[in-house]
Amino acid sequence: MITEALKGKKIAITGSTGFLGTALVERLLRQVPDCELALLVRPTKRGPEERVRREVLKNDCFDLLRAQLGDAFDETVDRRVRAIAGDVTTNGLGLNAAGREQLSQCDLVVHCAAAVSFDSPLDRAVEVNLLGPKRVCETVIDLSKTSGNSPHLIAVSTAYVAGYRRGDAWERLLSQTNFPPEATWQNEVDAAMTLRADITTQSRTVENLKRFDSLARSEIGAAGSPLIARKSERLRQDWVQDRLIEIGKVRAQGLGWPDAYAYTKALGEIALSEVRENLPVSIVRPSIIESALVEPRPGWIRGFRMAEPVIISYARGLLSEFPGIPEGVIDVIPVDLVTGAIIAVCAKTPPDPHKGSPIPIYQVASGSTNPLKYGTLVDTVQDWFSQNPLYDTHGQPIDVPKWSFPGRGRVQRQLERADRVMEKAESLAKAVPFRQLASRLTVKIDSKRSDAKRALSYVELYGSYTETEAIFRVDNLLDLYHSLPRDDQETFCFDPRVIDWDYYVRNIHLPSVVDHARARTQPGKRISASRRDRSLAAILNPDRKIAAFDLENTLIASNVVEAYLWLSTDKLPLSERVRIMASLAAKAPGLLSLDMHDRGDFLRYFYRYYEGASLKELQDKSVEMASRLLLARSFPEGIRRVRKHRELGHKTILITGALDFVVQPIAPLFDEVVAAVPETRDGVLTGHLLRHPPTGEARAQIIEDYARSLDVSLEDCISYADSSSDLPMLEIVGFPVAVNPDPKLSLMAQRRGWHTESWTTTRGGAKPLLALATGPQEDESLSVQVREMARKFQTISKLASARWTSRRQKAER
Amino acid sequence: MPRPGFLLEVESSSPPTLFWHGEGFRLERLPVGSRVLYPPEPLKALENPRGAIREALRSPVGDAKPLEDLLFADMKLTIAFDDVSLPLPAMKAPDIRQMVIEEVLEIAARKGVDDVVLIAALALHRRMTDEELRHCLGSRVFDSFSPHGLLTQHDAEDPDNLVHLGLTSQGEDVEINRRAAESDLLVYVNINLVAMDGGHKSVATGLASYKSIKHHHNPQTMVNSKSFMDQHHSELHSSNWRMGRLIAKSGVKVFQIETTLNTNTFPENFGFLQKREWEWELKDRLGFIGASKLLGHTPRRVARSVFHSILSPHAMTSVSAGEVEAVHEITTANVLKQQNIDVEGQSDILTMGLPYICPYNVNSIMNPILVACLGLGYFFNMYRGRPLVRQGGVVIISHPTKWEFHPVHHPSYIDFFEEVLADTTDPVSISERYEERYATDPWYRHLYRTSYAYHGVHPFYMWYWCAHALDHLSQVIILGGERRSVERLGFSCASTLDDALEIARHYVGSSPSLTHLHSPPVLMANVT
Repeated sequence: MITEALKGKKIAITGSTGFLGTALVERLLRQVPDCELALLVRPTKRGPEERVRREVLKNDCFDLLRAQLGDAFDETVDRRVRAIAGDVTTNGLGLNAAGREQLSQCDLVVHCAAAVSFDSPLDRAVEVNLLGPKRVCETVIDLSKTSGNSPHLIAVSTAYVAGYRRGDAWERLLSQTNFPPEATWQNEVDAAMTLRADITTQSRTVENLKRFDSLARSEIGAAGSPLIARKSERLRQDWVQDRLIEIGKVRAQGLGWPDAYAYTKALGEIALSEVRENLPVSIVRPSIIESALVEPRPGWIRGFRMAEPVIISYARGLLSEFPGIPEGVIDVIPVDLVTGAIIAVCAKTPPDPHKGSPIPIYQVASGSTNPLKYGTLVDTVQDWFSQNPLYDTHGQPIDVPKWSFPGRGRVQRQLERADRVMEKAESLAKAVPFRQLASRLTVKIDSKRSDAKRALSYVELYGSYTETEAIFRVDNLLDLYHSLPRDDQETFCFDPRVIDWDYYVRNIHLPSVVDHARARTQPGKRISASRRDRSLAAILNPDRKIAAFDLENTLIASNVVEAYLWLSTDKLPLSERVRIMASLAAKAPGLLSLDMHDRGDFLRYFYRYYEGASLKELQDKSVEMASRLLLARSFPEGIRRVRKHRELGHKTILITGALDFVVQPIAPLFDEVVAAVPETRDGVLTGHLLRHPPTGEARAQIIEDYARSLDVSLEDCISYADSSSDLPMLEIVGFPVAVNPDPKLSLMAQRRGWHTESWTTTRGGAKPLLALATGPQEDESLSVQVREMARKFQTISKLASARWTSRRQKAER
Repeated sequence: MPRPGFLLEVESSSPPTLFWHGEGFRLERLPVGSRVLYPPEPLKALENPRGAIREALRSPVGDAKPLEDLLFADMKLTIAFDDVSLPLPAMKAPDIRQMVIEEVLEIAARKGVDDVVLIAALALHRRMTDEELRHCLGSRVFDSFSPHGLLTQHDAEDPDNLVHLGLTSQGEDVEINRRAAESDLLVYVNINLVAMDGGHKSVATGLASYKSIKHHHNPQTMVNSKSFMDQHHSELHSSNWRMGRLIAKSGVKVFQIETTLNTNTFPENFGFLQKREWEWELKDRLGFIGASKLLGHTPRRVARSVFHSILSPHAMTSVSAGEVEAVHEITTANVLKQQNIDVEGQSDILTMGLPYICPYNVNSIMNPILVACLGLGYFFNMYRGRPLVRQGGVVIISHPTKWEFHPVHHPSYIDFFEEVLADTTDPVSISERYEERYATDPWYRHLYRTSYAYHGVHPFYMWYWCAHALDHLSQVIILGGERRSVERLGFSCASTLDDALEIARHYVGSSPSLTHLHSPPVLMANVT
């Protein structure tokens, strides 16, 4: 009897926070009442006990056990489960004395920890999958030397270590087959360990660093150097990571495995076999583990892993094609069959290693005894979703596509082509001269593009698993099964032949996946508040403290150039207006590119135009300008939002690069105004600023200082801004709001789930093309002339704006 | 001799009737048997207006001395005048106010008066722009006063420049412009377009504070003013008269100058607007077709600026000066002489076409709240005796009623429309729950005082203006209105007159009687 064999045993388990590990812990606690568990978990910010409590025991896997034990659950867990801080990526597992003591008392060690992601960077896959089992083994041997206790090590591997080999895949180490691996694990480890350093060096070449910098600039624009630096560094790190992933894949495929996961797992087995000395070791090789057949409940699953995202993407109509061999076998195994097998292996006395017997290997797979044909699976899934469709955002059922099983290469090429086309489209969309349209298009194309990218990644990652032609033999597994008494066979069933695939897919797996994905399964609009409403409610919550606002294009549709134009042309004779207009129009392209590069530089440069102007006069004129220009072009919803924040008791702060006297007339709208302050001498502007204008990262600093002065957390602050150059002020707060975002900001807001507002000037409001002042005229005839000139100015400005646009497009390219 | 008002009974052979429709027109066939009210034709203008003004100043009415005798060298003289809300549309230069004020200043100069200040009597209206002031006062006056800060605009929110004169017998606060109250003489220059204007209302409202105005600008007063165009049955009028008498008793000397205009409202090329349809000549037909086609292809923004640039040829028909009440009696008689039409019996349905302009959107946008106010506040109340439409009847208003607002002139209207009307359209509940917050809002106050915004409370008054009609009617239908803004107003929307009548029948029975208020120009129905 298994329960008897394991009575009083102490079992150490790694990887208990994973899918298989959680299931194993639950099953041991529930069905093997007299064993004790030591869970080896990586210490993070939370201690190991906390991690076990939160990440293992709180999982719905334990619902049944909780129900059975009632109030005794906590007590039982406290008594039977210990947490040990440890990490399989460090030698000696990073154990402290207590941990070593705990582990040395164990009778069994089950090593489940793995980097299961198929696209892990090579060095990490090597650390966890290849060196992990070896380290566990070495540590256990090391401990056994002092304690004299020699536990049984059960390492969980994967059936896919067989790689691309066709035909029967036996329950043997690869090194003992006809086609042993062409590489030694030591060489692979050595190469992988230096790889990161090598690639990091490569990432720091002048060309690459320049490329990251210019990419960062094109993505976030004039957001100020700290943010560009951060972005650029992140791009570099991502690049290193991507290279490591790519190298892992290429290396694996070159050696006959589909990906770095299978490749490192395979070499991990060999490494383990070479270091085990006299330690009794068994290996369990499951195939693709999916939701539970029976235990702890049909359909239980943890995480959203391999087949699940593919299935959901398919049900959402995003995968119009997927590779695969319809008559091929897709080897899937429910998780409870795997845990059953592991427990049975635990209970079995391992063969004595002193006698030189090979490591016993148990493949837990369905392909050889109860095969599920890939074509049948796809048909079943299609049929099921036709009857139980998911619903789109409009509440309409989604029609699932029918796959024609073209080769993997073709699907991949199609998707790659689609991605390239959309990339082009996206860069074109960004260059559309109308901001709102450009933003809308960009976001739309980006979401399509990310759908296509995701599809491509699924094809690349999982495509090979649908094309595997190895048949995983389960002779050892069945021998083990048949050796069990009938009761054990029933309680810990792991005979793959018990699965009725049609029933399993339709009634267990798919409902579970759909439920897990929280996909929309009911027609009609959602009754609960939309995400938008919820995020707005969070912003307009009395618990928030500060709302910071940008001015231009966030609250008003105007800018510093227009303000200058207005102030400088007010009450001027005609000839002067012409001169000012013309000189400004000529300089427009230069100004624009300066603005795109660095807002602070632009403002400093532009404000030199004010040199020699009387401050008093500007202040007087600004009062009139507030009505004629600022308020006339204001966004009433924006103004209302500012007032709403004040009503809710939030402090409001305006942060603008405009000159202080320009915004002075609208200052009463806010609690605080931070603007550019001109330097004056004897009441006359010098054309210089008193200090750095509030742009870029300075804005973030202003908000931070303001928050500190009020003793509130930045998490409770809100920022409203329109442009990627305002990123610092958006990123620093807990509630960023993108208002009429430019395409770059629009994309970022979409990806980060920021609240977005689209505010406009009032319908029917005045929209003069030019911000020319229309001061009272001396006599009728002059006013006619002025009107005539204003008409001509409009033509000039149209020409100028056309030039601006083409210049901007060029710059963006 | 201009013809008197006319009541047409529509026959099958009658031509279609012209409806104003915002910045455009509609021609509608009214059901046979409908009545169309045409006001009297424009009265003859005074031949020598300046002469008439001088004469009026020389021989004032009531208990008043000639202006010349009231002026002396060291005195403080204040001249207040009606703001941009009058007349509609703005009149061709010279404006009546310019002519009157120039004459007054002429005499003041002769008498050696140095301390003269002009005040635009804004009440809670927006400030006038320099261009508007220049148009209304003429360059000579503007340039002599404005640069020296002597041309001011009344600020109902300036505590330093208001003075509380006491309470009326009904406990109403009387608080007016300090300069006006403390002057040796306050000359008020008025233009009387409708019967409600002028009299004690000029000073008691035009130069008052919110604290004072709120006593008569509220739903109760409005429901009890039947109508507020009829001073003998207007609670609004009574309240202003109580205040006016208190102002006089407090020692504020007011010399009132009131003028009336004829209804020659639109220039020659829009002549068809003022003619009775069956009398249209080829020129009028072409004018109508041309204007309609052109407007159909013009963006509303452009059409609006074209219409607002129209200067009206209306001319002065009378001027009288002296003691407020005596002057106003003459004025009211003159207004009625121009506008009165006798009507027998009420009807089930009243139809009206609304123009692009009302007193509160000069050089601005006629937003949905102003549409309601012009239709239900002004046009509906153009009666003496009984309303043109019976209790429980229906009003059909033709106007595009676009969801459009002027961001500078009407900021609190935007919020009122978005926030208040979205919640309730009941004037009483609106006044109880929202008025104070809007009236005392510091941002609106700031905009009223420094920008060109109507006072925060102003949209409430516009809605109260409708209170009597809302109380009286069972339904309001907007013909050709934008559906969502009409719904926000709480009215029904119809795209054709037939649809509108169909909706109306639901409330007033299957064979309703119908009266159409033909405009322009304005008329005053005496309903018996």
